[in-house]
Amino acid sequence: MDGGLLEPSLYSIKAIAILDNDGNRLLAKYYDDTFPNTKEQRNFEKNVFNKTHRANAEIVMFEGLTCVYKSNVDLFFYVVGSSMENELILSSVLNAFYDSTSQILRKNVEKRALLDNLDAVFLAADELCDGGIILEADSNSIVQKVAIRNDDIPLGEQTMAQITSKYGQQVSAATDRVMYHSFNPVSYQNGQAQSR
Amino acid sequence: MLPLKKDKKEEEEGGGNPFNNLEKSSVLQEARTFNETPINPRKCGHILTKVLYIINQGESIGQTEATEAFFAMTKLFQSKDPILRRLVYLGIKEMSKIAQDVIIVTSSLMKDMTGKEDQFRGPAIRALCSVTDHSMLQSIERYMKQAIVDKVPGVSSAALVSALHLGKDSQEVIKRWVNEAQEAVNSDNVMVQFHALGLLYYIRKTDKLAVNKLVSKFSKHTLKSPYAYCLLIRIASKLIEEEDAGSESPMFDFIESCLRHKSEMVIYEAAHAIVQLKNTTAKDLAPAVSVLQLFCSSPKPTLRFAAVRTLNKVAIKHPAAVTACSLDLENLQTDVNRSIATLAITTLLKTGNESSVDRHMKQISSFMSEISDEFKIVVVQAIRSVCVKFPRKHNVLMTYLAQMLRDEGTFDYKREIVDCIIVTIEENPEAKEVGLAHLCEFIEDCEHTVLATKILHLLGKEGPRTPTPSKYIRFIYNRVILENAAVRAAAVSAIAKFGAHCDDLLDSCIVLLERCQLDTDDEVRDRATFYVNVLKQQQKSLSSAFILNGLQVSVVGLEWALHQYTLEPSETEFDMKSVPLATQPLMEQEVRDVPGEAPSARPAQEKVAASRQDVYQEQLAQVPELANLGLLFKSSQPMEVTESETEYYIQCVKHTFSNYLVFQFDCTNTLNDQLLEKVTVEIEPAEGFEVTKYIPCPSLPYNKPGTTYTLVRLPAEPTQVTGTFACTLKFLVKDCDPQTGEPDDEGYDDEYVLEDVEVSVADHVQRVMKPNFAASWEEVGPENELEDTYSLSTMSTIEEAIKNIVQYIGLQPCERSDKVPEGKSSHTLYLAGVFRGGHDALVRAKLALDSSGVTMQLTVRSTDPSVSEVLATAVA
Repeated sequence: MDGGLLEPSLYSIKAIAILDNDGNRLLAKYYDDTFPNTKEQRNFEKNVFNKTHRANAEIVMFEGLTCVYKSNVDLFFYVVGSSMENELILSSVLNAFYDSTSQILRKNVEKRALLDNLDAVFLAADELCDGGIILEADSNSIVQKVAIRNDDIPLGEQTMAQITSKYGQQVSAATDRVMYHSFNPVSYQNGQAQSR
Repeated sequence: MLPLKKDKKEEEEGGGNPFNNLEKSSVLQEARTFNETPINPRKCGHILTKVLYIINQGESIGQTEATEAFFAMTKLFQSKDPILRRLVYLGIKEMSKIAQDVIIVTSSLMKDMTGKEDQFRGPAIRALCSVTDHSMLQSIERYMKQAIVDKVPGVSSAALVSALHLGKDSQEVIKRWVNEAQEAVNSDNVMVQFHALGLLYYIRKTDKLAVNKLVSKFSKHTLKSPYAYCLLIRIASKLIEEEDAGSESPMFDFIESCLRHKSEMVIYEAAHAIVQLKNTTAKDLAPAVSVLQLFCSSPKPTLRFAAVRTLNKVAIKHPAAVTACSLDLENLQTDVNRSIATLAITTLLKTGNESSVDRHMKQISSFMSEISDEFKIVVVQAIRSVCVKFPRKHNVLMTYLAQMLRDEGTFDYKREIVDCIIVTIEENPEAKEVGLAHLCEFIEDCEHTVLATKILHLLGKEGPRTPTPSKYIRFIYNRVILENAAVRAAAVSAIAKFGAHCDDLLDSCIVLLERCQLDTDDEVRDRATFYVNVLKQQQKSLSSAFILNGLQVSVVGLEWALHQYTLEPSETEFDMKSVPLATQPLMEQEVRDVPGEAPSARPAQEKVAASRQDVYQEQLAQVPELANLGLLFKSSQPMEVTESETEYYIQCVKHTFSNYLVFQFDCTNTLNDQLLEKVTVEIEPAEGFEVTKYIPCPSLPYNKPGTTYTLVRLPAEPTQVTGTFACTLKFLVKDCDPQTGEPDDEGYDDEYVLEDVEVSVADHVQRVMKPNFAASWEEVGPENELEDTYSLSTMSTIEEAIKNIVQYIGLQPCERSDKVPEGKSSHTLYLAGVFRGGHDALVRAKLALDSSGVTMQLTVRSTDPSVSEVLATAVA
C-alpha cells in the first residue's frame, strides 16, 4: 500500500494553522479536501493540539499526515502535508511562516500581538501559500509584500520619531481600552477600532 | 473573592481576543459600512478583518448574505489604501465560491493586474483567477501570458501558480502558455523558477518523451531553487519507475548527483527517491544510506525524523544496508521526540540480531504509552517481523503483545496485534498454546465484533488440536452468554468443531449446543440445531463434511450456478459438485505496509475480487462455440509458448471441463508491418485426445492482443489424462504500411512453430484445503486405496521432494504439512483436492531421507477408483 513516490506536483501543503494555547483556531487554511468540513477540521486541530502542546518535538506523524510545528508563548504554528511529502520542505514553509509572522509582530510572537495585527498575518499566510502551492518561502520577501503599514511608509524607512509615536499611540490605546472596558465592553470595541 | 476572580478571568479572555464572540450576523451588518462615502480605510479594514476572521473560523455563510457582503466589498475598490485593497483581494477569494455573480469584479481586478502598483498586481492576478471560470478565461488569456513573463517575480509567480489552479478545469487553454512558462524557468528568482518548472511539467506530463527531455535539460542546466530540484527529482524517479529501469538509467545518475547538492532538502529528497525505487541493489542504496546516516546526528528533529523514517523503509527490503547505521540508531533510541525513538528502535529490531531483541523491547515498553496509535502499529509490525525471524523469541514477544492487547487502543491497532499473534501461532507451533491463551483472554473483554469472531474461528480451528482442548470451551461458551448475535453464532460454530474433533468432549458440547437452541437470534438457533443434529449422528464422515470442512465452493461460482438452476427448472436436484471450487490462494507474500503510512488505503487491498477463474468462466461463456461445455473446472496459469522477444508473442492457458480441454492462446503481433488474419493454433493431439474444433481469431493487427481457442475432447478411458501437444500457429499474412496500418489486399498463408504444451495431472485437479485431514481421510474410506513405494534418488532433501510432489500432483498441502521441522529425517505430507468430475482425492506421502536420496510411500484415497490410479502414477 505504499504509494511509492508522490506524483510530481507543486501542491505540497495540505493545511497551515495558528492555534492558541487552548487549542482554539486563530487562523487556519485548508488547501485540499482531506478535511472537507469545519467539524472535521476542528476535530483534527483538537487532536493535533493534544498531541503536540506538551512535547516540543517539531514534527509528528498523525492520521496519515506529516505535521511540523513550532510554538512560542501562547501560539502554535502548524504546517501539514502528506505523509509522503519531504519533511524538510514542510519545515521550510513552517519557518517562513513563523519568521514572517515574527517580523510582522516585531518579534513579539504572542496571541495579543497577533490579534492586533491579524490583517497583516492573514496577508502573510496568503503570500506564503496559494491553494496548497508554496508561493514564497523567504520570510523577508513575504514581509516586504505585506508590511505596508497604514501610514504608507515602508518599515525600513520609518524614522525613529514615527515609530515612537506609533508605539506611544498603542500604549495610550491600551490604557483607553482598560478604562473603557471596565465600564462598557461595547465602547471598548469601538475605541479599539478607532485607535487603529 | 471567588466570584471576583471569575470576573477577572472573563475580562482577561474577552480582552485577550477582540474577535472573540463575534456574531456572524452583526459582522455582516457592519459590512454595510463599506457603502458609505468617503471610505474610512481603517474602519473598513478592521471590519473586513472581522469578516475574514469569521470565515476563517469556519462559519458557514449563506449565498445571499455572501453576495450582499461581496457587493459591499467591491465598493472598497474606490479607496487606494494598500492594506485595505489587499484585504479586499482576500475577501474576494474567500467568497468567490459562495457568492453569486462574482465576475462583476473582473474589470477592477484586471485594472489592478495591469496597473502600476507592483504590490497589487500579483495578488490581483490570484484573486482574478479565483473568480474566473472556463468561459471567461479567453478574455484574460493575453494578460496572463504577459504576466507570466513579467519581470517582477511576484507577478510572474502569481500568474504561474494561478495557471496551475486553472489547469484543473481548462487544460487546453493552459497548454498554449508553454512558451511563456519556458521563458519563466530561466528567471533569476528561485520561486518563479520553481513555479514555472511545475507548470511546464504539468503541461507536458502526458508526453513521456517531452518529460524525458525536460529532465535531461534541467539536470544539466543548474537550477537555483531547491524546490525546483526536489520537483525534478520526483519527475526523474517517476520516469525510472515507469520505464522499470534501475540504476543504469541516466535519470538515476542525476538523482545520485543530487546527493551532493548543498541544500539538505534536495539531498534528502534524492536519498528518499533512491530508497523508494524498486529496482535498486544494496550497492545503489549505499550512498543514500550514508547521507541519511549523517542526518541522524543532525540537531534538527525534523531532519533526524526524516532520516530515520527513510532508514526504516530501507530496513524492510535491505536490512543489511542499514547495519552500518546501527550505532547512530542506538543513539536515537532515547531521542526526546518519541516518534524518532520509535522509528529508530523498530529499525533496529528489523536489522538487529537475536540477542538484542530483549533490550530493544524493554526500551520501547518504557514509552509505549506516550506514542500515537500509528506508531504503535509500526511497533507491532516490527514485532511481527521479529517473530518470523527469531521464532525462539516468541515467549518474550507474546507476553509483550498480550500486554498491548490489554491497553487502550483503536480498532486498527488491536487488529494489527491480533493479526500478529495469529501469524505467530501459524508459523510457530511452540507458540500456539500461549498465543491462544492470550487471545482467549482478549475476547473476554473485546468490543470489536470483527476481531471476536475472527478469534473464535481460530479457536475452533486450532483449539481442538491442542493437548487440552477442554479449557478453551469455557472461554467460548462465555461468549454465547454475553455477546451480540454475530459473536454468539461464531461461538456456536467453534463449539461444534470441538465436538466433532474431540470424542471425549462430544457429550458436553452437545449439551452446550442444545442450550443455544433457545437463543433469541435466528442464525444462532439455526446453527445450533444443525450442529446438534449432525453431532448426534456420531459419524466421523458427516461431522467432517459439514462441521470441520465447511463449504469449499467459490461463492461467485455458486451464485452463478444457482442462478442458472433457477432459470431452467428441472426435475433433477441441484448438484453441488457442478459448482466450481474456490481456488486456494497460493502462499502469497503479503506486502506489508510501510510504517506510518495512511491506513486509509488499506481496505482496497482486502476487497475480495472475483477469482481469476470466475473471470475466465465469463470470458469463455462469451464464445458461442464454447458456451455449452458446462462449468469450468480449472484454469491453469498462463504459460509462454514463444520467446517473449519474437515476432509473435503467445501465451497459452489450459481450461479443463468435465469432458473437454480448451486451449486458449492469447496472441500479440509485434510486427508493425504485418496484419494477421484467420489465426489458429493447430494442435497435434496426444494419443486418445481428439481435436474437435478451432475457433480462429479473425484479425490480429499490430500490438492488439487477440485470442484463438482450440477445443480438445478428452479420452474416454478415465486413466488416460496426460499428454504432450505439438502446436503450430497458422495464419494469413497481409503486409501493411507501418504508419497507417493500411493492409495490402493480397495475403499469403504462413505458419510458425510453437513450443509444445504439456497436459499433466495437475490440470485435472483442483486444490482444496481440508482443515482436518484425518477426518477427511476416514470420510473417504479405504475403498479405492492404492499404495506404492518410490525411491526419489534425484532429490537430496525432503523440502525439495515436497516441492516437486506438490507441483506434479497439483493438490493442496493440508495442516501445514508442507513445512518440515528442521533437522527431521522423516516427514508425512498430506495433500487434498478434487479431481475433474467432482471426486475427492486425498494423498498421504510418507517421506524418509537416507543416504541414497528420498524414499516415499504414497497412499492415495479417492471416491473413484480410476482417480486413485491416475494420482498414484502421477509421480512416477
